[in-house]
Amino acid sequence: MKKFLSIVLALVMILSLAACGGSEEGSSAAPADDTAAATDSQADTTPATDEAVESTFKAGFICLHNEQSTYDLNFINAAKEACEKLGIPYVIKTGIDESEQCLAAAEELVEDEGCTYIFADSFGHEPYIMQAAQEYPDVEFVHATGTHAHDAGIANFHNAFAAIYEGRYLAGVAAGLKLNEMIAAGTITADQAKVGYVGAYNYAEVMSGYTSWFLGVRSQCPTATMEVSYTSSWYDEAAEYETAKALISGGCVLISQHADSMGAPRACEENNVPNVSYNGSTISVGPNTFIISSRINWVPFFEYSITAAMKGETFDADWTGTIATGSVEVTEINEAAAAEGTQAKLDEVKAAFEAGTLHVFDTTTFTVGGAELTTYLADVDDDGTFTGETEVVSDGYFHESEYRSAPYFNILIDGITELGN
Amino acid sequence: MNNKTPLIHITRRMDIGRPRAYTYRAIAILLAFIVCGIVTMVLTGENPFDVYKAMFTGALGSSRKIWALLQNLAILLCVGLALAPAFRMRFWNLGGDGQVLAGCIAAAACMMFLSDALPHALLIVVTLIASVLSGALWGFIPAFFKARWGTNETLFTLMMNYVAAQLASFFITSWSKDGSAKIGIINQNTQIGWFPEIGNKYMMFIIVAVILTVLMFIYMRYTKHGYEISVVGESERTAKYIGIKVRKVIIRTMLISGAICGLTGFFMVTAKDHTLTTTMVGGRGFTAVIVAWLAKFNPFTMILTAFLIVFLSQGCNQITTALELDSAFGDIITGIILFFIIGSEFFINYKIHFRKSSKKEVA
Repeated sequence: MKKFLSIVLALVMILSLAACGGSEEGSSAAPADDTAAATDSQADTTPATDEAVESTFKAGFICLHNEQSTYDLNFINAAKEACEKLGIPYVIKTGIDESEQCLAAAEELVEDEGCTYIFADSFGHEPYIMQAAQEYPDVEFVHATGTHAHDAGIANFHNAFAAIYEGRYLAGVAAGLKLNEMIAAGTITADQAKVGYVGAYNYAEVMSGYTSWFLGVRSQCPTATMEVSYTSSWYDEAAEYETAKALISGGCVLISQHADSMGAPRACEENNVPNVSYNGSTISVGPNTFIISSRINWVPFFEYSITAAMKGETFDADWTGTIATGSVEVTEINEAAAAEGTQAKLDEVKAAFEAGTLHVFDTTTFTVGGAELTTYLADVDDDGTFTGETEVVSDGYFHESEYRSAPYFNILIDGITELGN
Repeated sequence: MNNKTPLIHITRRMDIGRPRAYTYRAIAILLAFIVCGIVTMVLTGENPFDVYKAMFTGALGSSRKIWALLQNLAILLCVGLALAPAFRMRFWNLGGDGQVLAGCIAAAACMMFLSDALPHALLIVVTLIASVLSGALWGFIPAFFKARWGTNETLFTLMMNYVAAQLASFFITSWSKDGSAKIGIINQNTQIGWFPEIGNKYMMFIIVAVILTVLMFIYMRYTKHGYEISVVGESERTAKYIGIKVRKVIIRTMLISGAICGLTGFFMVTAKDHTLTTTMVGGRGFTAVIVAWLAKFNPFTMILTAFLIVFLSQGCNQITTALELDSAFGDIITGIILFFIIGSEFFINYKIHFRKSSKKEVA
């Protein structure tokens, strides 16, 4: 009976709590309605501009995952920063699959939210964004990492990316210096300078990324080799963690990744293996092992394209950010893990990029199948054949992201091994 | 026998009337919303009324949203209708996801590889047949093993989901032309193999669902097959005694169940998504179990239960966008509401006795 009584009492307390909550809700209902606009401002920053035209402008962002993903977080932060700077309201939709869901999200942003500028962040969103662009010719659609806008001939459809291979190379230099430090300290021999790379899928964006990173590593540590393993997912924390661990137990002494969770950085921290990130700092999970991260800073592009859209001006169908535009960045170096003198070296390499004296894909620095690369037809244009048609090797280097913003370097160079999974 | 009466014991009640049952359900929904309100305030500091408002505008805020809701309702209803006969037979078909996906794979394959070989109308017919057969096959395999060797269909159908998902993943990777493991919109420019739109792009599925609902109601209520299904479901021995071939009924019912799933997959690919992804079915095979059970397998009641679930998911989607919360928060809200609704079914079917009021022993 005592037990029963105590249950009843507990129930009464819970219910009365609920009642309290209820009445509180009731009393605050009226002001809540009055301030509906204010509560909306959680998502929509009220415009501070004086022009009536601009105040109706609203930007919508479509993200594959939420803030847990380093890739999407990088976009979300940039979107918020740019929109707040420009004083325009915005809506961010996260967790949008690369499927019909993307088209539905675009339709919702246009029709229900009134957005006139839509941005989507994932490679697989492209066909849906293209379709939406055709459905709503008055709305500007922008898609990151996409490959079609430069020759699709859809006036309100745009692609954007950055020459991130330069940032990757810089991050690679930092990794190479770390390898040298480990060799000098006797932790590993020069022959053991094998690095590991956790990639999402084996296509140009990932391959271009790891090749440029590896060339950066090898520019400092000539004996370096690399093993690449794919997870077949952009965000799979368990798989990324396990893949990194497998690479480590396979003898890789430094790890980098192009997949978006904290899986690989976490595996590195647990095994005390240095790690180089992408999309942003992962120092929160790797305080002792995170060295540096390259990232695309999307703020300059957002400001450029949104400003143009607000004024009703046209902007580039295919835009490539560079170090000069402030789009290609590396994060701060983590002194706890980086080799000494890293910053000085990075400044030097960066200066060489800006001076145009250094090219990441300099064909004298790598071989393919034992031979120097003298010609390569890349699949830049979408003619439906998926074969190369554009010569991209000239003047002694592979011209990445020059004929199109999205990467097209998809060659496996000597020194890199793809592991089957 | 233990002489001590337990503190609480539970008996099945047969006497509850309809009005009382609906009162219980209404109380459950009310309680669910109150709890959701408390949870929202405690976890996020948001005003619960904003949350409810976002939920309603998210589900019914514009004509586009209503159309989308109706389409999603139709898809979920189709899967639910597919599962209903199997569940009524007490065959735990948890393989709806896999059966729909099998249909999707077949449809995508036809659209990609037969678009040059066949005229448009014929291609659609071939795609339809391929999808229905694939879904039926995915239903047939576990049914055959159950009928023949008495394997556990719960585990079997569940595992068939993974097989289908991995197959889809494999095909997507091998059909993807640039290595990115994305198929994109199939025949985006030519629209070959796309099911023709009726009215708008949402309408087709709704029509299909309406027709299926009526047919399934007739099938379950007024046909010999439907009767056999319920007898097998009530008692296999009775079924055998009155001369029903239980094995045949199991296989036949699962063929139908799988075929309707395959049909749903066909329309998902040809009339809605025009692509193949591993996540396109999105757990509807499981959600549809709730739809079917809550409705006690009555196809018309299933419209209501499917509406409830689609309303919740679409509304919760809006909550996360409008209030800038993590998408997981919408799932928490949906979970709480479903918990209460399913919980109310318990109180409708069972009575709880406390020690003092009860003189009976637990059976």
